[in-house]
Amino acid sequence: MDKRTLAVFFVRYGMFIALALWMIGMSLSSEHFLTMTNLLNVSRQAAPIIIIGVGMTFVMATAGIDLSVGSTVALVSVLTASWLVLGVPAVVVIPLIVIAGAAIGALNGFVITLGVPAFVVTLATLTSVRGVAFVYSNGYAVPIADPVFVWIGRGDVLGINTPFLIAVIVAALGWFLLNRTRFGLHALATGGREEAARVMGLSINRIKVMVYALTGALAGLAGVVISARLSNGSPNAGVMLELEVIAATVLGGTSLFGGRATIMGTVAGALLINFVRNGLNLLGVNPYWVQVVTGIILVIAVLMNTVLNRKVESWARAAPEVKSS
Amino acid sequence: MTGNYVEMRGITKTFGAVTALSDVALNLPYGGVLGLIGDNAAGKSTLMKILAGSISHDHGEITINGEQAAFTNPIGAREAGIEMIYQDFALVPELTVAQNIFLGREITRSRAGIRVLDRDTMNSRAEEMIGALGLRVPAVTLPVQALSGGQQQAVAIARATGFEAKLVIMDEPTANLGAPAIEKVRETITRLKSSGVAVIIISHRLEDIFAVGDRFMVMKQGRVVGERDVRDTDNADLVEMIVTGQDPRKVKARPDQEKVPTSAT
Repeated sequence: MDKRTLAVFFVRYGMFIALALWMIGMSLSSEHFLTMTNLLNVSRQAAPIIIIGVGMTFVMATAGIDLSVGSTVALVSVLTASWLVLGVPAVVVIPLIVIAGAAIGALNGFVITLGVPAFVVTLATLTSVRGVAFVYSNGYAVPIADPVFVWIGRGDVLGINTPFLIAVIVAALGWFLLNRTRFGLHALATGGREEAARVMGLSINRIKVMVYALTGALAGLAGVVISARLSNGSPNAGVMLELEVIAATVLGGTSLFGGRATIMGTVAGALLINFVRNGLNLLGVNPYWVQVVTGIILVIAVLMNTVLNRKVESWARAAPEVKSS
Repeated sequence: MTGNYVEMRGITKTFGAVTALSDVALNLPYGGVLGLIGDNAAGKSTLMKILAGSISHDHGEITINGEQAAFTNPIGAREAGIEMIYQDFALVPELTVAQNIFLGREITRSRAGIRVLDRDTMNSRAEEMIGALGLRVPAVTLPVQALSGGQQQAVAIARATGFEAKLVIMDEPTANLGAPAIEKVRETITRLKSSGVAVIIISHRLEDIFAVGDRFMVMKQGRVVGERDVRDTDNADLVEMIVTGQDPRKVKARPDQEKVPTSAT
């Protein structure tokens, strides 16, 4: 274990180390932090960000971005509530909602393949879809009392709350899809160098539509979880959620420029953001400072992931002791 | 069948108002090595991208192995045994050597009914492919961006030759390479030729084609100027064709044309 290997290790797993250090530090500072209630509570809050973050990781792997996920959450939230009011059973509502989310995502993806930048397309969907949510609901939140939804929002399985359990399953499937299947590899290739992927015969457009559809579907699922937790369908659900999801994904080490993506990183990023917020709350810090601190962490993490990562890795490669990975 | 692996006839391609290729013909026998030369914007790369399926042509016919071919994408061309080594190598920097070599034709195995990438097989196959060419990379599990330019080219060559190609197109294979690397590329071309694989080399360096090629084809402004056997020409002859856009032998054969020389802007 020489110095160079150590440096590479620190830069590559910086986010996990930061998360661990924060957890240790907070455990020493607050007696309430390292309690089962608190940990489960934070994991429940992080769940929607993890769920959508898995999709965002794929989108960013293709060098794209999706700003519309928060608005998708709002639309599926009001749809869910109104369908339940009409008496549609929950087991029918949930798949329909996921399909609706996928349809919004596929529409994003389709317009992007026409050559409009992803940022612009999904910014347009961000305003339009939330607008549709307000029009549809007339601005009112509708209560949800369906027992299946109560279980999804507040129930647990063997002590683990349902939202976090769903998030863990989504993350595990996402990890598999990204690292073990052709689809994940092709998404990375598309973002790494699109022209190379194209001349090797990959269907770039199909891949793009699919990653946005996947993210839309997961935003739909997260919308179900959020509505269930809040016990209502509201057009105000998921405001600014897209920024938290993007922050978690970038914090985790997924490159905004495509080609490099990590599901485990996204999970760690989502947990870090929520544990930082939770820790500062427990310490009695003015909640407005939480936003400031989150921003600072984000900048440091991006610096680590881009500039420092490149420098340290090429420095380590130049070393004769480290020949291969 | 005329014994030609590739026959292109009347190939025309326009990009908007620009005519990139007009009425181009190309014949290549099995195992032949053709040097495609010409100034910038002569249409060499466009012609080769059409053959490799990465762009489509407007008019004309392509026959591969005696059969009509119309590739709408690179997969079709690759399945017909046509591989292209692009000037920038067309590698994805973040993916590993093995992932790049197998990109688009990954080996998978079924696990509980799901197609899963068979990474071990692909890694060991990639090692074999590179080793078989006498080339070397530090590890096939390294991302391509960690490799030197010469090593990246080795990856691109291994990818183009490792899947039973019948024709390998190389776009400027020796540009930006040092002398030992150039020698390696020439060896590779010779080895391909001796195993019956046809090669088309786009190059500014005439000496490479003199060293390993059979024939030259000179292009200028989207037209074929003329062709030469490597044993029947020299630098001056070729440079004249590249610069003037005229074949002096054709002009001599038809003296009436000397009075009305076509402009060679």
